[in-house]
Amino acid sequence: MSVRLWRFNGGVHPPQHKAESTTEALRAARLPKRLILPLHQHIGEAAEPVVNIGDTVLKGQLIARAKGYVSAAVHAPSSGTVSDIGDYPVPHPSGMSASCIVIQTDGEDRWGERPDYGDYTQIDPSHLRNMIRDAGIVGLGGAGFPSFIKLNPGSRKHIDTLILNGVECEPYITCDDMLMRERPREIIAGIRIMQHALHARECLIAVEDNKPAAYRIMCEAIAKEAGIRVALCPTIYPQGSEKQLIKVLTGKESPSNGLPIDIGVVLHNVGTAYAVHRAIQHGEPLISRTVTVTGGAVAQPRNVDVLFGTPVIDLLDECGADLGQADRLLMGGPMMGFALHSMNVPVIKTTNCVLATTPAQTPAPRDALPCIRCGACMDACPVHLLPQQLYWHAHAKEFDKTQTYNLFDCIECGCCAYVCPSQIPLVQYYRYAKAEIWAQERDKEKADLARKRHDFRQERIEREKAERAARLHKKKTETVTADKTEAKPSAGDEPKAAILAAIERAKAKREAAATAAESSEEKPGQPPDGGT
Amino acid sequence: MPLHTPTSPHIHSGITVTTVMLRVLLALVPGIAAYIWLFGTGVLINIVLAMVFALGAEAVMLKLRGRPLLPFLTDGSVVVTAVLFALTLPPLAPWWLSFLGILFAVVIGKHLFGGLGHNPFNPAMLGYVMLLISFPREMTMWAPPLSLATHPLAFADTLAYVFLGHLPDALSLDAVTMATPLDHVKTEVSRSHEISAVMSGSPLFGTLAGTGWEWLGLAYLAGGLWLIKKRIIGWQIPAAMLGALALMAAIFYAVDNARYASPLFHLLSGGALLGAFFIATDPVTAATTPRGRLYYGAGIGVLVYVIRTWGGYPDAVAFAVLLMNIAAPTIDHYTQPRVFGHRKD
Repeated sequence: MSVRLWRFNGGVHPPQHKAESTTEALRAARLPKRLILPLHQHIGEAAEPVVNIGDTVLKGQLIARAKGYVSAAVHAPSSGTVSDIGDYPVPHPSGMSASCIVIQTDGEDRWGERPDYGDYTQIDPSHLRNMIRDAGIVGLGGAGFPSFIKLNPGSRKHIDTLILNGVECEPYITCDDMLMRERPREIIAGIRIMQHALHARECLIAVEDNKPAAYRIMCEAIAKEAGIRVALCPTIYPQGSEKQLIKVLTGKESPSNGLPIDIGVVLHNVGTAYAVHRAIQHGEPLISRTVTVTGGAVAQPRNVDVLFGTPVIDLLDECGADLGQADRLLMGGPMMGFALHSMNVPVIKTTNCVLATTPAQTPAPRDALPCIRCGACMDACPVHLLPQQLYWHAHAKEFDKTQTYNLFDCIECGCCAYVCPSQIPLVQYYRYAKAEIWAQERDKEKADLARKRHDFRQERIEREKAERAARLHKKKTETVTADKTEAKPSAGDEPKAAILAAIERAKAKREAAATAAESSEEKPGQPPDGGT
Repeated sequence: MPLHTPTSPHIHSGITVTTVMLRVLLALVPGIAAYIWLFGTGVLINIVLAMVFALGAEAVMLKLRGRPLLPFLTDGSVVVTAVLFALTLPPLAPWWLSFLGILFAVVIGKHLFGGLGHNPFNPAMLGYVMLLISFPREMTMWAPPLSLATHPLAFADTLAYVFLGHLPDALSLDAVTMATPLDHVKTEVSRSHEISAVMSGSPLFGTLAGTGWEWLGLAYLAGGLWLIKKRIIGWQIPAAMLGALALMAAIFYAVDNARYASPLFHLLSGGALLGAFFIATDPVTAATTPRGRLYYGAGIGVLVYVIRTWGGYPDAVAFAVLLMNIAAPTIDHYTQPRVFGHRKD
């Protein structure tokens, strides 16, 4: 049964370069001597270590627990000893270092306890989500959002469509392609678990038509499965982007400031489905993933199952990369991936590709010419923004105007910069504008807080002053009256005067209450109309 | 090994400003070829002169503005300006006409506003309009199609006229020039002659519109369609401009076909087709949003008809384009497309 498809605006067709890395079968990468596990491999809070330096750990053992709701646990990918907990370079566009747990592997790759959960259909969905959360599973398509959150139908009883993203629209990357070709049954087992958790009515698996083998194999695998269909989508970048793919498959646009679940759709990557299957039916937490190692500087481009924490340099060595030939080393694809500052950074949960390109594959751009307003960027924008206007205002630092042109709807897919005849690094301008706006907002928040504190302090000072003045005034009048009856308190003995004044006030109150009670002949403590 | 760390995207389509401009020039080849075939070699001299002057003016201005020469001289934009400007000149134009027009276009029209990408007005049209206002006689001396010429000029004769102002012996300027079809119709209608009579009674008019002009128009159309197919220009501006022009013409033609020319005549005469595909679509000065391009093109089409029919000039593409250039930023402002995931409002 063919699936009806819709279109989104724009998109581009960069050269694919997918064939290079799909000639060899998927296999496990070599076990490295040292695994470096960042505590922050996902969207949300960093995990919290639960091991200490010197501890021995088993494969699959929890080494850092999730902190807060949006977070993910980290497990030991192999057995060994925790040799350090500290800052190491991590995969990040800035080249920064961050907290990592380092495991010296013992070469035995000994598993810890792998729980047997039995038949998942007997498990309550909320319990199932906790299990998926405990397994440290995050979206493996690239964003790394904790998956259990996206397996919660929330206030809905059920969702309409579960979409499995096997589009893989970025050039060079083939890890999902190979996974679909080699492990279709496991992916479908994972889909069934997700459907159970979400109460999803139907499931669509999306595959681009540049992956005919994966499409055929997935079709065969679902032949006897009810409620799952495979959609063959014409290849176009960025079709694999969540909101764009949902539009293609359902014709619905998830709202700009909302989530796909608002329109009854949930989308997961095929790799995530595989990970869910391993976690629920084999008791294995997320400790490895499929990674494409490719690019002109790699002699044997291929896909490998890589343990998290494996240094990128080890992978490149294993695939025969000649880094002398490499122009740049990317994590991710050429459209949205970022250049690595170090080859010692580890593979993490969101690493789908390690790409070592030659200068011919990623030529240095020429100096940008001025924008000629040709609108090629607008025609390519999958969000239907006006990139030329955004650029204009970002360039002029008119950040409020960039927001009226919906800067924050930009998904940074790079289509605009890819087609720009003036070769303006447009995405860089948008990132800059966003960062500036965030900085301004932070500054504003700080200023607001400071102003609030200042106002509060001013108010307190005023109040204290008024109180003091009132007390002083009272004291004065009281001392005048007290002069006649009592000894005058020594001047400047304010506390004493205040105490005396308070005693006076209390006395006066008591007397007033007593006279009132007497005059109305009621017992104190009773309501005024209690006796009648 | 120190790693090279630029930001994404790391690849580019390879289509640059130079590619765009070269394709525009390539698309003009059929038009230029038809022009030479139908009207003689004068246009070729105009093109070469305009290109030389334009590159010179561009280089001087870049130097004065302290900009690098090579990237801007090779971007092709000034060559396109020069060729479009040359195509709007009469085939018999003295060299100083090209010189003044280009100087105005490049220096004032382009560089005083900030150079490539910053000019609010189409430079070629600014140059043309300046000449039309300042030198109306020289700018309206059109050579007739070769098929109608009583004294067709040889290449050497044309060259001599362009540079020295000499015509071969015993020839006056009137003998080698003739009114354009648009001009002729305008004059005759003002004398209360019926258009059908005017058109059937003059060799100036061919099968579809003006003799020669009709084929020139069709050659521009072919080049323009190729540009749309190559996605160098969008379809919106040409379609809207020609559509609006045809619609205006059709309405008045239906009302009174004795005084108003047919839509086909309007489409195939003067600068309509050159303007629709090559001038109104100048990206820098046109509206850029999809809907905005429709309004912008339609505005030009309507203005062309209005000025041609009731204005003081026989053709009006340049005026119409410049007038709509002023409106382009406002049109863009009010025609932003609905962003993905935003509600229709």
